[in-house]
Amino acid sequence: MIPARFDYRRAGSTDEAVGLLTEHGDDAKLLAGGHSLLPLMKLRLAAPAVLIDIGRLSDLSYIREEGDAVVVGALTRHRDIEVSDVLGRHVPLLAHVAGQIGDPQVRHRGTIGGSLAHGDPASDLPAACLALGASITAVGPTGSRTIAADDFFTGFLETALRPDEVLTEVTLPKATGAGWSFQKFNRRAQDWAIVGVAAVRNGTAGVALVNMGSTPLRARAVEEALASGAGDAEAADHAADGLEPPEDLNASAEYRRHLARVLVRRALQEARPST
Amino acid sequence: MTTVEASAGGGPVLGTRLRRREDGALLTGESRFVADLAVPGALHLALVRSPHALARIVDVDVSGALAMPGVVAAFSGADLRDEWAGPLPCGWPVTAEMKQPAHLPLAVERACYVGDAVAVVVATSEYAAHDAADAVTVTYEPLPAVVDLEQALTDEVVVHPELGTNVAYTWELAPDDAAVDAAFASAAHVVDARYVQQRLIPAAMEPRGVLVVPEPFGGSFTVYSATQIPHILRVMLALTAGVPETDLRVVAPAVGGGFGSKLNVYAEEVLALALARRLRRPVRWIEERTENAQATIQGRGQIQHVELAADAEGKVTAVRVRLTADMGAYLQLVTPGIPLLGAFLYSGVYDVPAYSFRCTSVFTTATPTDAYRGAGRPEATYAIERAMDTLARRVGVAPEEIRRRNFIGPDAFPYTSVAGLVYDSGNYAGALDRCLALAGYDALRAEQQRRRAAGGTRQLGIGISSYFEMCGLAPSRVLASLNYTAGGWEAASVRILPTGKVEVVTGTSPHGQGHETSWAMIVADRLGISPDDVDVIHSDTARAPYGLDTYGSRSLAVGGTAVAMATDRVVDKARRLAAHQLEVAEEDLELAGGVFAVRGSPDRTMALAAVAFEAFTAHDLPDGMEPNLEASCHFDPPNFTFPFGTHLAVVELDTDTGKVSLVAYHAVDDCGVQVNPMIVEGQVHGGVVQGAAQALWEEAAYDTEGNLLSATLMDYLVPSAAEVPSITTASTVTPSPTNVLGVKGVGEAGTIGAAPAVINAVVDALSPFGIEDIAMPASPQRVWRAIEDARRRGTHPTSTAATDDTTTQATSTKET
Amino acid sequence: MRRIEVDVNGSRHVRHVDERRLLSDFLRHDLGLRGTKVGCEHGVCGACTVLLDGAAVRSCLLLAVQVDGCRVDTVEGLAGPEGLHPLQEALHRHHGLQCGYCTAGILMTAVEMAGEAGPHSVEEIKQRLSGHICRCTGYAGIVAALSEVVGS
Repeated sequence: MIPARFDYRRAGSTDEAVGLLTEHGDDAKLLAGGHSLLPLMKLRLAAPAVLIDIGRLSDLSYIREEGDAVVVGALTRHRDIEVSDVLGRHVPLLAHVAGQIGDPQVRHRGTIGGSLAHGDPASDLPAACLALGASITAVGPTGSRTIAADDFFTGFLETALRPDEVLTEVTLPKATGAGWSFQKFNRRAQDWAIVGVAAVRNGTAGVALVNMGSTPLRARAVEEALASGAGDAEAADHAADGLEPPEDLNASAEYRRHLARVLVRRALQEARPST
Repeated sequence: MTTVEASAGGGPVLGTRLRRREDGALLTGESRFVADLAVPGALHLALVRSPHALARIVDVDVSGALAMPGVVAAFSGADLRDEWAGPLPCGWPVTAEMKQPAHLPLAVERACYVGDAVAVVVATSEYAAHDAADAVTVTYEPLPAVVDLEQALTDEVVVHPELGTNVAYTWELAPDDAAVDAAFASAAHVVDARYVQQRLIPAAMEPRGVLVVPEPFGGSFTVYSATQIPHILRVMLALTAGVPETDLRVVAPAVGGGFGSKLNVYAEEVLALALARRLRRPVRWIEERTENAQATIQGRGQIQHVELAADAEGKVTAVRVRLTADMGAYLQLVTPGIPLLGAFLYSGVYDVPAYSFRCTSVFTTATPTDAYRGAGRPEATYAIERAMDTLARRVGVAPEEIRRRNFIGPDAFPYTSVAGLVYDSGNYAGALDRCLALAGYDALRAEQQRRRAAGGTRQLGIGISSYFEMCGLAPSRVLASLNYTAGGWEAASVRILPTGKVEVVTGTSPHGQGHETSWAMIVADRLGISPDDVDVIHSDTARAPYGLDTYGSRSLAVGGTAVAMATDRVVDKARRLAAHQLEVAEEDLELAGGVFAVRGSPDRTMALAAVAFEAFTAHDLPDGMEPNLEASCHFDPPNFTFPFGTHLAVVELDTDTGKVSLVAYHAVDDCGVQVNPMIVEGQVHGGVVQGAAQALWEEAAYDTEGNLLSATLMDYLVPSAAEVPSITTASTVTPSPTNVLGVKGVGEAGTIGAAPAVINAVVDALSPFGIEDIAMPASPQRVWRAIEDARRRGTHPTSTAATDDTTTQATSTKET
Repeated sequence: MRRIEVDVNGSRHVRHVDERRLLSDFLRHDLGLRGTKVGCEHGVCGACTVLLDGAAVRSCLLLAVQVDGCRVDTVEGLAGPEGLHPLQEALHRHHGLQCGYCTAGILMTAVEMAGEAGPHSVEEIKQRLSGHICRCTGYAGIVAALSEVVGS
């Protein structure tokens, strides 16, 4: 498996990356960790003419507190999120989810920005960001803007990012002391989730699903049921309402709907505030 | 029959956990696998493969590839048609009437599975070759595919029209159908089961690869291949490519696992040789992982219809098997013979008086099947061990009890089975008892009851499998009776060099099994010297010219025995020479610690090294004795060996999701005398995980168009350490009387025992739902679906009186 | 082609490489360090694992140009004149390899673990090995070996 030829450009700064994106348009792809893109390129399912390597923008790798939020630079690797004290204290769901992605080698290379920008409905971090009510900062030729995670995932492997924008930062509201759970259902530890559920209970409940549609998505029906006073089990029964999950070797749509209900129930119970 | 504990080892070397001499180079990265061999100027091949399961090849245009940078040549199948002296070989035409399709290294008229090679590009680098392969334009006329075995039987789509049918052959082993029918007519209990052996991808970690280096002068070639069978490959390359055998040297360098997948003669090996001949350049091909999934043979692929008849007590009175076997698109080296390797084993370790087996083997538009770890025996063992569990339920006794009632007794050996085999030795009840004790069986059953009573979502299942198998292929005369076109002997030479160092030449071809270590132990033990003084030469037809290679758990029982017997012959010669020089009778000499000593006169000695030097100088040999201490043995075994054991799997079932986790595994194996128990355990561990993987994870899944859906290791689920429990092993030792070492094979035993043990455990966990069977792999979705269906039928975990009774009865039976 | 400078096992290498050259091919064919193996080419089997600035990564999913200026450690750097690395010794002692094809990758993950604060539980070791596939050993000897060196 050998990727097709491409032109390789290394960006020295976010602005340079934006400039290169502007210059090359749809022919270009950003390369961060590369662990979503390179396998596709090796199978020749993707053949970008230009790869813009942003892997060295070390100023985009950080985790810091900013008031009521924790901000995470786009190039922060899964492993750094997994072991972050700040996240462990204030957004433990995110740290935990990062530690469940793929396997250790993947976590050493994969970045939160790459994971979100790829927008794969089967990946774990997007669901966590949805459940946590994160917002995403992107920088383009005209400056930066912030996009709510809820508005970010627009279609299968499609996001609200414009072709000339670079995702730079993820802002996560602190959920210190909140109940949380991540239920990842797969057959081997290193595999993608067949279905996953991220849940946060912090007064209100945020519940998001992995691999239950064409995008990472929130379990709105569950959240609404809880808001209107339903019990956990009753709310969980709505986990797949209105969803059209994918079908593959591991699961039919029907089985995914069932798993979503079971896993949401488990997640809500685990995330129940300890009081 | 004596059964002793494994700890009672032989001499000071044999039976010890000597660490492997193979490890050093592998641990430091110094070992050289085919892909690691750097030959200046080597050209790289890339294959163009059919994306269609069945298609007429209308046109192959290589001009686009030829225009690419670095490309030296590109050929279609038609371009190379005249290169072949013969088709890709099938060495096991099981019947005279067997239908065999034409099979050339590159397809010419039709592509018959996704991955069938239709063109080849030769370039100066791997990268250039792959780019250029994309530039070959092939025009296909796609035809309907047929992947489903039972659909293939209808001949609605015929894979090879020139054969007129998809049925390759029918074969039967039915000594007395009338007796079988009578047994079923009078049976108190009948089991009628259908089991599907899904296709598996062997997935050796090292993909295949071949490098052919033409000698600069003359017409000879050195072929380096990631193969289990350098000797057989040499013969077959000569026949297929038309190169004189004397011009071929085949070397298997470090080989990264095979499991049967490298027991073959592949298109790429022959292509590389033909292109090296045509271009007069070294030629190299390294398989990609998706090619490994699509174009290396797959294993299993059978539908088994198995019936047991039993009397009121559960004593089996007849076994009837109707098998449909998937050949895939072509017959590879031993494809047709795989079902036959199982045909003799469906009566298992049980004293069965009547038996009937019929097999229909069919072509499909999928990757050819062939030998995969166990090859026919795991399938047969699965069928009988699953059916015995069902019979236990019918009779209302525990699974261990139904087995005890049917075991062949320890005093019955040699035992002639209803299928005509003569089992060499065994103590099946002994292995079962040992395994139940090892597992803490009563406590496990108690925990299972506790969980069932508590009614939670995490339920336990416990499954046992009492397996045996026939291995150590094989008496050549038996192979002849099965139409196998090779023998089953193995060769060895042993020479004691003038300095006292020993060289052993073996015809086996290890790829992870540790033959260098074990063979050195065998020789050292017999000579009374250190294994460090024994060098083992293998896997190179120039240095080890005779051999039949490594497969079918044959290496130790046949090849190791040949080494032992050659050693004994060298000792005989050395003894004659020593007796001559010490002027004593041969009978008065005893060999210990590498020194001949005169009985009763311990100061009169002659070391083996001194004898070897005398044999080398040849100054003073007995009359008629030839110089040098060397002997050979070509050992043709008088029988197979029949290792056996009992495995016990414990699974935890999540009744909400259907997920099954393998939480404990206990294996008691008896492979006769153990040369190196550490290596035996390693074979069991690895084999068990492969068998469990068939039960829970692995499946080569095709869609109806014949596309392989699991063509990467992302989709083909080989388990990692995180999915596998610790495996407890123990052994009993029942020596085989068929060889001087008393050894049996162990390379496939774990795989053979494991799949039925795990599925029996899964079904045990599901039994409160009234579920009697689950197909492999027991994926979460499949298990959930079975539970859902059972719930719809109205069988709930709460209404399990029958099952509970069974368990109670089991406990009381065990106590008697 | 692009010029890269890489420290491999403590030696500095300057090479011009094709942009699409995989790190695994660069190590194996350009530097001749063939101890690193390629198994699945797809980020699953872990045979190609090396250390990149101390972290275990898959060299088949990295471009050589991505490691410009970095330090890479491969299996060839483990044993010294004084003998095998303790982890190599442990795999040898516990029969943690058969065909040996996956061994280099597993060693690099193990080396990374050995550099961390321990001890690691058996469960943790198994999880850390989840990015490696061994088809021969059933993992028993591998887990035993790692437990001995980095375990409790």
